Amino acid sequence: MNRDEFRQGLRGGFPIMVAASPFGALFGALAVDNGFTIADAVFMSATVYAGASQMVGIELFGNNVQPWLVVLSVFAVNFRHVLYSASIAKHIRHFTLVQKFFAFFLLIDPQYAESERRAEHGLPVSFSWYLGFGLIIYFPWIINTAIGAVFGQLIGDPKAIGLDVLLPIYFLGLVLGFRKRDRFLPVVAASSVASVAAMHFVGSPWHVSIGALAGVLLAACLPQEREPGEMPAVEKEA
Amino acid sequence: MDVQHLNLIYLIIAAAVATFATRVGGYVLITQLKHIPPRLEAALNAVPAAVLTTLVAPAFVYGGFDVAASMLVAFAVGLRFSTLRMLLVGWVAVMVVRHLIL
Repeated sequence: MNRDEFRQGLRGGFPIMVAASPFGALFGALAVDNGFTIADAVFMSATVYAGASQMVGIELFGNNVQPWLVVLSVFAVNFRHVLYSASIAKHIRHFTLVQKFFAFFLLIDPQYAESERRAEHGLPVSFSWYLGFGLIIYFPWIINTAIGAVFGQLIGDPKAIGLDVLLPIYFLGLVLGFRKRDRFLPVVAASSVASVAAMHFVGSPWHVSIGALAGVLLAACLPQEREPGEMPAVEKEA
Repeated sequence: MDVQHLNLIYLIIAAAVATFATRVGGYVLITQLKHIPPRLEAALNAVPAAVLTTLVAPAFVYGGFDVAASMLVAFAVGLRFSTLRMLLVGWVAVMVVRHLIL
């Protein structure tokens, strides 16, 4: 371990940690609101460690969606990480197997973005730096979840204080974050129409799979225009 | 621990494994196959927006006037500002509609 680089990582990750903190607390509060205990919420933050998909998970769990569909949705929302891990491969080839395990576990959006940027500037993507950057975000994420969950338990009726609109608005924000992607509008239009129709004609939770499938199929069928081999764009998770 | 709660624990573990699979998957794929077919890539690229849209559109259509109004306000904010501001403004909007208008 190189202390200097570890400290550099801590400094680099600090602002990200501050920005992510309200979302950790929000997750904790809404998780409790959707039937989680404080310990469940903390356990999920510590093991899944992917904010957007955690929100999707509690939303679907709270609506009694079948477990396999919850897991599939979490997988789908996190799918962008496949692109990150493919892209980051060349920078972390020198990590040991155990180091790679930790590196992939901590591979959230800003971790990917900063690693790429560091490599592009010719700085070493060392394990010390990577771990410092990751841990300064990881541990506060868990602590903030616990704080949010404790507050969430004190809240009686979430609707009376307007908590129920926060998840749809949060997801709306995430969707808007993808608006620079190719074929964004047709995909969103197809998924909107299909999910609303499926909700009406088939019922929850099928609106998720049917709506998503409509958008994905449309994306595959539309004419392809993008140059191959571009780097994946980083979306802000929060 | 009752069965239902144990099922939740299993669910969280499965979600964690699925997430870790996405974080390792690209590395494994890139060392195995050199080229992803463009249509497959386009489909994969569309997955997150497509999934998340299904959690937004039905809430807007079936959530009632108060929810739809606050989502519209949040949408306008989201075109320029961060998600955190969307949440704040959307929350204020729903409280105003619920307690002052309806």
